[in-house]
Order: sequence, then structure tokens, then C-alpha cells
Amino acid sequence: MNIPFPVRKQPQGEASRHARRAYRSRFSLSQTVFLASIVFLFMPLFVLVLYSFNESKGMGWTRFSLVWYEKLFLQSDDLWRAFGNSAIVAFSSAGVATVIGTLGAIGVNWYKFRLKVYVQAITFLPMILPEIIIGVSLLVFFSGIKLKLGLVSIFIAHTTFNLPFVYLMVMARLDEFDYSIIEAAHDLGATERQTLLRVILPAAMPGFISGFLTAITLSLEDFVITFFVSGPGSTTLPLYVYSAIRFGVSPVINALSVVMILGTVILTYSLRNFLKYIAAK
Amino acid sequence: MKPAASPGSATPPIRATRNYGLTYAGPTALWFSFFFVAPLLIIVLYSFLKKGLYGGVEPIFSLDAYRALINPTFAAVAFKTLVSSIIATIITILIALPCGYFMAKSRHQTTLLLLVIIPFWTNFLIRVYAWIAILGNNGFLNNFLHRVGLTHEYIQFLYNQEAVILVLVYMYLPYAILPLFSTIDKFDFSLLEAARDLGATKTQSMTKILLPNIRAGVFTAVLFTFIPIFGAYAVPLLVGGKDSYMLGNVIADQLTKTRNWPLASAISMVITAVTTAGIMVMMAMNKREATRVMEERRAFADSMADSVVDPASHPTGGQA
Repeated sequence: MNIPFPVRKQPQGEASRHARRAYRSRFSLSQTVFLASIVFLFMPLFVLVLYSFNESKGMGWTRFSLVWYEKLFLQSDDLWRAFGNSAIVAFSSAGVATVIGTLGAIGVNWYKFRLKVYVQAITFLPMILPEIIIGVSLLVFFSGIKLKLGLVSIFIAHTTFNLPFVYLMVMARLDEFDYSIIEAAHDLGATERQTLLRVILPAAMPGFISGFLTAITLSLEDFVITFFVSGPGSTTLPLYVYSAIRFGVSPVINALSVVMILGTVILTYSLRNFLKYIAAK
Repeated sequence: MKPAASPGSATPPIRATRNYGLTYAGPTALWFSFFFVAPLLIIVLYSFLKKGLYGGVEPIFSLDAYRALINPTFAAVAFKTLVSSIIATIITILIALPCGYFMAKSRHQTTLLLLVIIPFWTNFLIRVYAWIAILGNNGFLNNFLHRVGLTHEYIQFLYNQEAVILVLVYMYLPYAILPLFSTIDKFDFSLLEAARDLGATKTQSMTKILLPNIRAGVFTAVLFTFIPIFGAYAVPLLVGGKDSYMLGNVIADQLTKTRNWPLASAISMVITAVTTAGIMVMMAMNKREATRVMEERRAFADSMADSVVDPASHPTGGQA
């Protein structure tokens, strides 16, 4: 087997123990495990990419073909409708979560108030509890308040699980922020609103932008919670994928996977550059 | 109460003028009170009520749901869920430890971090689906084995306990690697050298020097993997069979098929209790340790954010 990294020759015979030690620390167990893990993590994705170009319906390779991409883009109306629903929910829930979560982080980070411990606890718990608990409790809650299950209930659920992430990410930024700058703004006569808009928010921007993007990703990918709180006509993309893969392989989903993996990589990359550009300005 | 102090920066003074704390945090408090705390309280309430005829509940106090929990069928599922979760968590941590160690020692941390994070950012269901495509009866592996002539019949890889554990390990491996990496990265490697100079073997230096120093990180990683695995729903549903059902699947069945809401609520209470117990153990470890775990958690969220936004700006990611 070819080993993709240079292997040094082991010192021969009664060579010094030290040399062998040095050798061992170069070709280490941790490196081997890491490389194997990366293969493990990527291998399934590569299989999907490869077989999205397979002409046959199954996983036996026949011939290169773009037929499944054609199907995906031209003959999958339901899929794109589901994608539309996902996009609506993702942007609206990420937007609301970002506004509420950013304000919450500012309040908790810089002020002392009566409900502070409560706010800290309830922003911590949803991240820790398994998704199914949130899904089930929201379903029961919505049926209790007689809210019809649909895009609105999905929006509420997504905002709920997105909020803690935005809150934490903004919090992490505010930690690095020098409080005396805010004091300076106040001393120079800025009102609370001016301070918020001109000092705090620009400083917290990397935090809430990354929070917003994380929220969009989490929302686009959520299956479990959405599964419980969705109703007829509010199929999101993961729910659509679920119904397609429930009973085995579906080649259109192979093609969709590739588009989604590429989308993730391109989005991540362009965003990185965009933010670097902002930072440089 | 003292304001939350943050490492590296002076404790922010509390302003004497007007307190805008609740103005800022009010929306957060309200949102979670309505859509998180209230639903959880309803679940607690429902678990003590009588089951309605067509789903829902009747407002009569009853312990039926908890009695049903002791029923051998449920007890068996609960026990199996616990065992599979423990096995999957142990495997995940055992793989993640050397990975985190290697990444922390590497000169190319940013790249390695990205390598771990790309699969992590790939859609959850797509990743489960990839395993269905590989392990399915007509999947990649069976076709491959057939083609090279190793097998003539299709082998059923999916729909059993092993498949569930394999896919769970796959799904949650990055959750374990990231906090372990960030802890080990802060570890002073010269301690290992010192141990070796004083005559410790490599294994000794790992178990007696490294591991005790990264306890908080290991605990965070265990928590991050065990809790979602214990509450798993989608993975056993898609790659498991009837005998590899986990508690999450039982809840869903009780909720949507059998329509026994009190029972679904009671099982949810069990999962919540186990989760809370995990957090309590964390708090019971000495306080300093607990704060460190909390810091790890924040560092984790932060490294997730940075990985999307700008790996180079990560306090540990950009180092040579």
C-alpha cells in the first residue's frame, strides 16, 4: 500500500535508543489515527460524489452520466419547493435569532440585573438537551396553544435552537472587547442608543455575522426538530430528503448531496474572504 | 452577584447610571420562557396526567406513564440505549483523543481544522444517507465485494445495532475532536518532555501527564457526544432495525402512532434527567474544573464560528 507521507527508514541494528525514539515520535500513533479518521470522515462523501455521476440507478458503476443532475435541476419541483421553504425558515429564524441573541449577549455581558442567572441558564440548556426533547416539547406546546403546524411553528422552533448559538458567539466577541471604550463613548456624551449603534454593534459584528451564518446552517440542516413541528405543506429540504432516502438509495439525492457539499464549501470560502475584506477596511 | 469575569480582560465595571440589562436581555428571556421553558413544564405536567383517548391528555392525575416505564419492554430499550450510547461514546473519544493531540502538535492547524470541519458542516441527513448508500443491500460495499468476487450473496450490513453505532460514531466524531483539540492546544508540551527526561516512558507521560491535564476537555467531549447520542432519533430510524430502536424512536412512536402523550412525556423526562445528571456531575467536579468546561464549551462555539468565518483569526488556529 502506498503511504501518502514520507516514512523514514528505521535505524538498523544496535543503533542508539534515542534515534529510534526520535523515529517513533515522527511516525506516531496519533498521526496514523488522524489520517485514518480523515479518510473515515471523507470517504462517504466521496462515494456520494462519485456515484452522482453514475448512469445506473443503483450503486453498481455503469457509465459516466449527468442524468441525475438533469433530473435534479429540471424535474424535481417538489424538491425545490422544499428548498424554498427551508430558505424562508432559515433566513427568518436566523435573522430574528441574531437580533434577539445579540441584544441578550450585550445585556448579560455588561449589566447586572435580577434575571441574569435565569437568562444564562435558559440560553445554556437548549444547546445541551437532545434535539428530540425540544421537538417533542414544542409539538406538545403548539398543540396546547392550538397553533397550526406549518412554516410558523417551524420558524419558532428554529429560532429557539438558533438563539443560544448566536448568543454564545456574540458573547465570545464581547469578551475580547474593552469596556472602557463604551465608558469613553458615554463620557463624550453619547446616548445609550448611539453607543449601541455606533460602538457596540460594530465591535460585535464578527460575532453576530458568524452567529447569523451558523444559525442559517443549523436551520438548513435540522431534521429532528422540524420533523416534529412541521405540518402538511411545510416540507423543508431535510424532510424531503428523509422521505426520499427512507427506503434506500436515490440517485437524485446523490446529485443533491454534491450540490449541497459544494454549496457549503463555496459559501464558507467566499464568506471568509468577505469578512477578511471587512476586517481589512 | 459578581458580573461574569472573562479571562484576559478586566472585570467590566457595573455602571451606576441606568441599568439597561433587562432592556437588552428581555427579548431573550421572553422568547425562551415562552418557547423553551413553558413547553418543558408542559411535558413535566403531561407525564403525570392520564392519557387521552385520541392523543392529548385528560386532566386527571395519574402515574400510569411512569408505571409503563418500569414495564420490561421499555426498560430493555432504555438499557440498550444506554449501552449503545456508552459504547459509541467510548469509541468516539478513543478516536478523537489522538486526533486532537495530533492536530494540536501540528504546524498546519488551520488546514487540519478545516478538514475536520467540512464533514461537520455537511448536511446531517446527507451524511447518514452516505452510509445508506455505502452499506445498503444494493449499496457500494456490496457491489464492490460482489465485483471482486468475494461474495455472491448480498450481505445485510444495515439495520442492526452495529450499523447504528458506526454511523453515530461518524456523526459525532467532530463534536469530540474539536473540544479535545482546543484543550490539548493549550497544554504545555514541555511537561511531556520533562517527563520523558525524567525517565517516563511515552505511555506513562501520556497517561500521567497529558490526560490529567486535559480532564476538562475530555469531559466536555464526552458530554458533547454522549448527550446527542443518548437522545438519537434519526440515525436509528434510518440505519437501525426494529431491534436497534433507541429511546428517541420510542418517544416518536408514542407521540405519533400510539398517541400516548403522557408516556412520551415521561420518556422525555428520563432523557432530560440523564442529561441533567451529566451536567450535575460536571458541576460536582471542583468548581475550577467546571468553569474550565464552560470555557471549553464557549471555545467550541467560537471555533465553530471562526471555522466558517475566518480560521486564521482563531486564537489557536493561525499559529505556526
